[in-house]
Amino acid sequence: MSALVIRDLHKRFGAVEVLKGINLDINSGDFTVLVGPSGCGKSTLLNIVAGLDTASSGDIKIADRIVNTVPPKDRDIAMVFQSYALYPSMTVRQNITFGMECRNIAKPAREAALTRVARLLQLEPLLARKPAQLSGGQRQRVAMGRALVRDPKLFLFDEPLSNLDAKLRVEMRAEIKQLHARIGTTIVYVTHDQVEAMTMATRIAVMHGGEVQQFADPETIYNRPANVFVARFMGAPPMNTLNATLDTINGVPHAVLGQGISLPVPGAPESHRGREVVLGIRPECIAEPQRRFGDADPLIVSAPIVMTEPTGAETMVTLHLAGQRAIGRVAPDTKMQAGEIGRFAIDIRKLCLFDPQTEKLLA
Amino acid sequence: MFSRRGLIAVLVWLLAAAYLVPMVVVLLNSVRTAQEIAQGSMIGWPKFWAFSNYAVAWSGFCIAQTCKGIAPYVVNSAAITLPATLISTLLGAVAGYAVSLWRFRGDRWIFGLVTLGVFLPEQMRLIPWTIVLRDLGLSNTLAGLVMIHSVQGLSFTALFCRNYYLSIPQELMKAARIDGAGFFRIFWRIVLPLSPPILVVTVIWQFTGIWNEFLYGVTFTTGTQQPITAALIALATSVADVPQYGVQNAAVVLAALPTMLVYLFGGRYFVRGLTAGAVK
Repeated sequence: MSALVIRDLHKRFGAVEVLKGINLDINSGDFTVLVGPSGCGKSTLLNIVAGLDTASSGDIKIADRIVNTVPPKDRDIAMVFQSYALYPSMTVRQNITFGMECRNIAKPAREAALTRVARLLQLEPLLARKPAQLSGGQRQRVAMGRALVRDPKLFLFDEPLSNLDAKLRVEMRAEIKQLHARIGTTIVYVTHDQVEAMTMATRIAVMHGGEVQQFADPETIYNRPANVFVARFMGAPPMNTLNATLDTINGVPHAVLGQGISLPVPGAPESHRGREVVLGIRPECIAEPQRRFGDADPLIVSAPIVMTEPTGAETMVTLHLAGQRAIGRVAPDTKMQAGEIGRFAIDIRKLCLFDPQTEKLLA
Repeated sequence: MFSRRGLIAVLVWLLAAAYLVPMVVVLLNSVRTAQEIAQGSMIGWPKFWAFSNYAVAWSGFCIAQTCKGIAPYVVNSAAITLPATLISTLLGAVAGYAVSLWRFRGDRWIFGLVTLGVFLPEQMRLIPWTIVLRDLGLSNTLAGLVMIHSVQGLSFTALFCRNYYLSIPQELMKAARIDGAGFFRIFWRIVLPLSPPILVVTVIWQFTGIWNEFLYGVTFTTGTQQPITAALIALATSVADVPQYGVQNAAVVLAALPTMLVYLFGGRYFVRGLTAGAVK
């Protein structure tokens, strides 16, 4: 069953079209992350789903009911905001029960729901406090509590972790993911952080320029990006995109980078033989020469090293691959110096080819 | 030798003193007898502290053939100022809330028209109000003045509140709407509890403005319906053998007392509220 269906959704502000025909089918129980750079329309889309904004055209269906003209309170949704949006003058208890109060839910039922959520999120000791007396993480938790208490069909999260410091963000990320595993409600989660998208989502919709670039599970998004934008947006450092020519060597199609470097791409389409392509290669597919990828013998290339950035767990190496700048990730104990010529093992199983004009994935 | 700062301090004190001279003169004369002022000068230290001036001014002095002092007029002023202050503040808060936190078609126009009232000169509005009061049968009544001040105050209070409410994040409104709260529930439960800093500002502003207002008071009311500001004029022109300067000055002090007290106790909050944001 689809928990949320978005059909041909357009949104125009005057002459500016910020959503250009969005189509999404979100399954019940999925954790869908809408990810994209700022201005891509993801927050507008979420607001339209919530009913806080109206679409110029198109349909929103929540649990098989068209809700285009249904006000937010009757859509059976709950939302967590970036700024938490806790009511400053109310206690945590009042913040959580305000929605039920608005709905005229009887006192005993309110108390029961409050107790359930407070226990789930460990909010019991905080119930009498005001938001100003809470830390960032606690506020975040109260905001979640306010959403959870509704027991809605659909949870909407609008960049809920952006205001937290790095350490807390990682903690809360895990907490939200576990929460989803426990309660299983459908979640639509907006973020600009591709790490959040990769770590939490069961499905990712990458948005750019008011369009969904790709809607798939995280593994597909990461390994088979639909186009150059998705390839470079997901992953840090981003996928290397190098200009190459598609040629056949010994009967196997190769992406020829020049200067004697060519990488086999068996799946390359016949139609592009002899033509320019964009080769996509993840930084982790360029490693120290001792590395083995699967059973195959590694392909070793030599390339001048421009810069090294040790992170402790690994070292980022900027190199010139056939004159083109690329980033590799090597083991931290590898001896590599800027200015030297280094040898690198290439994982040829995960290469992507893109059309240079359309920027779409070829193979 | 004066430092620069010292020089500035001296100048500031001198300016403050110059500014306060009229008040000092009024205060001193309010405790001098009429004879003393008439024989000597308007400026002088009281030879004899005639505190009885205050009692006479408050409840004994004759104004326009009645000899009840200024007390009835102070009561009139209070009966005008308190409800008008409350009504204009509350309406301004609702209006400011509507135009700042609820986007609707034409909201900017409505806000623009409301705040136009801030810039319209009082005199220009005299004749329209005369017609309104006549048609509503409110000429020469306190209720008429309450209405005028409530409506006119709305321009200021809506402007103040709207600017203050702009600092309330939109996400708070969105959260409340998803929670199922409507226009007035959001106002009472979320916006109003955040409002004390700006409400203090509007209450002080309105109270001072309405209490001190003279033109409407003197134009639209006569006799026993007058507010204290208008009555003071009658008091100044009342004919007596000797000009009752002492009593008149005492009346002026009494008339100014409420707003001075509001300033003394509320001034801090006024400045603080003008610069405050709603959240944090």
